[in-house]
Formats: sequence, structure tokens, C-alpha cells
Amino acid sequence: MAEENRVVLKNLGKTDPESIDDYIDSGGYKAFRKVLGMEGKAIIDGLIASGLRGRGGAGFSTGMKNRFTSEACQKCENRYVVCNADEGEPGTFKDRVIMENDPHMFLEGMMIAARAINATRGFVYIRGEYALSVRRTQKALDDMKAKGLLGDNILGSGFSFDIEIKKGAGSYLCGEELTLLESLEGKRGYPRIKPPFPAEKGLWGSPTLVNNVETLACIPSIISNGAEWYRTMGTEKSPGTKIFTISGPVKRPGFYEVEMGTTLRTLVFDFAGGMQEGKIFRAALLGGAAGTFVDGSMLDTGMGYDLLKEKGATLGSGAIIVMDQGMSIWEMLNSILRFFAHESCGKCVPCRIGSKQLLLLMEQIKNNGADTEELCGRLLKQAEMMEKTSLCPLGQSHIMPVRTAVQYFPGLL
Amino acid sequence: MDIQKILGKHRPEMDNLINILHDLQDASPRNYLPEESLREVARYLNTTLSAVYGVVNYYTMFSTKPRGKYIIRLCQSPICHMMGSETALESVKKLLGTDLYEPTADGLFSIELSECLGICDVAPSMMVGEEIYGHLSETVISKMISEIREREKTGNIKNTCDG
Repeated sequence: MAEENRVVLKNLGKTDPESIDDYIDSGGYKAFRKVLGMEGKAIIDGLIASGLRGRGGAGFSTGMKNRFTSEACQKCENRYVVCNADEGEPGTFKDRVIMENDPHMFLEGMMIAARAINATRGFVYIRGEYALSVRRTQKALDDMKAKGLLGDNILGSGFSFDIEIKKGAGSYLCGEELTLLESLEGKRGYPRIKPPFPAEKGLWGSPTLVNNVETLACIPSIISNGAEWYRTMGTEKSPGTKIFTISGPVKRPGFYEVEMGTTLRTLVFDFAGGMQEGKIFRAALLGGAAGTFVDGSMLDTGMGYDLLKEKGATLGSGAIIVMDQGMSIWEMLNSILRFFAHESCGKCVPCRIGSKQLLLLMEQIKNNGADTEELCGRLLKQAEMMEKTSLCPLGQSHIMPVRTAVQYFPGLL
Repeated sequence: MDIQKILGKHRPEMDNLINILHDLQDASPRNYLPEESLREVARYLNTTLSAVYGVVNYYTMFSTKPRGKYIIRLCQSPICHMMGSETALESVKKLLGTDLYEPTADGLFSIELSECLGICDVAPSMMVGEEIYGHLSETVISKMISEIREREKTGNIKNTCDG
């Protein structure tokens, strides 16, 4: 049987998540101590060389994001690091696993990023429902302060940085980086117009680095072992490991950290143990609701950003939602579209009206067997229009599950 | 509940608004934010009641109406839906003899629907307070209800989200 390759989750089950001493004994904060003696530029160059890409779903180069944030607005007094821990993409629970089991790992990554861009303050925005994640992260921050790893003049280096937790309160949209910043400022979660990107004008108008929990948790190992080591894992364009979360009627649903490029077949039939007794694999939804449907023909495709993109699919957050032969594609797509309609904030018309229109079309598809093909065409057209005209990634997401559902399962049957 | 004591734990700045609202709601025995609390928050942050209300109203975890002491958040994500969350919802409603968003007569429970709670490996799932329940069946739900009722009889304190 294939084995996991745990880099981000290397301490899982071996250390007490509430013990900073355990984390330090396992080599923790060595990478941070190392970067205290380095120039910001050297840290960023290392991250760029590693090829690390954002694990929240967009897959943008983490090192480049750091560079843009560090170079923006030289006269600005403040620079921020924000950890996006507002995990809400359906089928995704990797950040919860990290925060509950080894909070110091992503916090050390955050400290390294702060040092790299010379940030003054940091925030971890955790979704309100993740009570245990909030508690463990707060305990970790308290312990860091007690050890002089956070606050003024850290370890006598002259570098000062502090981190606070901000809780979300039940809004999927706040996982989108600019909306998250609005919420963090204490406002309703309405998206901002992009550009400017957060690197240029983020929190309170200052340059802000927004990184996902898993992305930050990759950083300590990269600093300790080097970019070359990191590139020995994964694929050329998607180096490193990724935590995949597998759900649905498989024998062992759960989270698995494997090298990028591992095939869907290995993940579903090896790690997750294959389908439950009497069930046959029909489809998988990759990347969550804002993801793409695939059928059995994609089982041997490697799970990497570009490998999937070439075939019109997406890796997204790493969610793999498996469906069996008895499950209806229409039901699944309808549930996704209901979710999007519920989470649409109403600020822009295409998403507010469009998400409701898609649900009406879905009802018609269900009731009018004869015109299904024409109705599916209208569904696709509507979602395409939303993709082109919506203000933020929410309204631009409907197209992904719609296009792939229609493509792989004509008539949504 | 001592509103001023809770407010005093936070710097009087707008970016603390959501954390403040969480703390106030968690301290409320009926899990809600009455208007007088919101007025105090507005005064403390030197903003208007409407600005505070606008935020409360936007986020689904906040309520301006009294709710049960224990909020049952039933996940209705596409995964849980596919794995049978509707049957689970019918079971909860039947066992508690109440409808969605209607607190039970004893004030102990409210049932709410939630988007993905990130506990998809044990779908269909729900959260009750901070506790996670997966592989929901009538047996699992009925056991949860009787355990909480028993706990309440013996006088244990509320299971809050206050970290």
C-alpha cells in the first residue's frame, strides 16, 4: 500500500498540540530562529525557489505574493500578515486538522513570513464554528508570548511582531481574501473590487500578505531543509505535498497528505480504501463546491494544479467528494447551487439574481424531460455570464461545477 | 451577564466588533444579542447602533432573538446532503418536537441549518455547542439529546464557544 508523505502533518499524533515544549523538542522554531539572521529578500527568494503555491485553492506562487507585499508602498508604516483560517469550502477540513493538531507549525510559518516582509502585526481569521481550533491557536499564542517568541524585540533580535485571533461568524464569502479583510475590520462581509490586491492595499489600506493555514504550515520545513529538498517532492509545476480530504461512500474517508501529482485513483482506491461494499465509483467533485466534477476517465490523472487544469479540472482546496452509482448528479449540483445562492452577499446583481436563476433552471430541468439539452445550454450560458460579470470569486465560481457536470453527465442524469 | 466586563476585555476598536459580539452572545444563557447589548457595544466602539446591527444581521451565527441554550447546527452541505442530512433533520425535529429555529419549550435546544462544518469524513454530521457528532442516525441523535438533558438535570454548566 502507498504511504503518506507527511511534511505539514509531520508531528501529527507525535506531539501534544497544546505543548509548545513538544513542538520545540521536535525541532520547532529552528526555522524561525534561522530567518532572524537573514535578510527579508533571501527568505523570499528561498520561497520563490521552492515553487510553493497557495494551498487555499488559487495556487498562486507564495514567494511572489511575499515579494509583492514586501515591495509595495515603501512609505507605508504598517505591513500585515493575515492567516486565512476561514475554511468553509464544502468537503474541505485540512486547516481544521492542522490547527487542532499542530497549531505551532502554521504559526511558525506566519512568523517567518512576517520576518520576510517586515510586518508589524498579524491576524489569524478563524471561522466561528471552529471552536477547538480557536482554543488551540490561542493557547499556542499565549505560550509563544511566554517564551519570548512573540511581542517586542523577539529573542533579542530587534524584530517585533504580534498575532491576534479574529473570529468569523458564519459566512462562506469571508474566505475570499478581500472580503475577509472587510470582515476583519469589523464590517459586513462584502467583497472589494480587485485590483488593488491585498499585497498593495489590504488591511486598513496597507500592504497585506494573506496566506492560507496549510500554505503557512509548509514554510518551516522549506526554510529548514531548503528549496531543493522541497522540489524533490511533487511535480515540477506543483512541488511539495498536499493534504487531500476525501469524503463520500469510500471505506476510509479522511485526510491524507501525499505528494502533489498522486493520482485520483491512488487517493480514492488506495488511501481511502476504495468504495464501500456494493458501491461503484461514479464521479468525484474535486476542490469543493467551487470545484469541478470528473468521472472515471480522470482516475489516472495526477492531482497537481497544472495537470488538472490541462484537463479542465481544478485541484482547489484539495477536497475530493466521491459519488457512487446511486447518487444523482442533478441532486449534487442543485445542492451546490443552493449553497451559492444562500452565500451570495447581494452586493452585485449578476451573482444575486444569477444564482437564483440557476436554481429556477435546475427546477425546470428536473420537471421537463424533453427540453433538457436546451435547458442545460441555458444553465451553462447563465453561469458563463455570471463568471464574466460578477464582482468577486463567488459569482465567478458557479461555472466550474456547472460546466463539468454538463460536460461529463449530459442531461445531469 | 456583565456587559461592561466583557467589553473591557477588548480594545474599543471596530476590528474587535465580531469578537465582542461572540463573547456577548456566548455569555447569554439564551444565545442571543438583545438590543440593549448592541446599544452598549455601539457606545463602547463609538459607532451607531445601525452599524452594529448591520454586522449582527449579516453573519448567520448571530441572533437577535432568544434561542435554545444548546444550538444544534445541522450541516446541509452538498456532502452531508448526499449522505442523508435530510433524514437526520427529520429525526432531530421529531425527537425534539419542534421546528427549525424554534427553541424547545424547555429552552434547551434550537435547531439550525449550517453550511459545511468541515466534518465531512463522518457525514452526515452536526455540531451541538462545541461538540461534533457524525454518522447521524436516530440513535446517535436521541443519545445526544438524553445526555444533554441528563447533564442539565445534574446542573453542569453550559458548553460555550467561549475559548
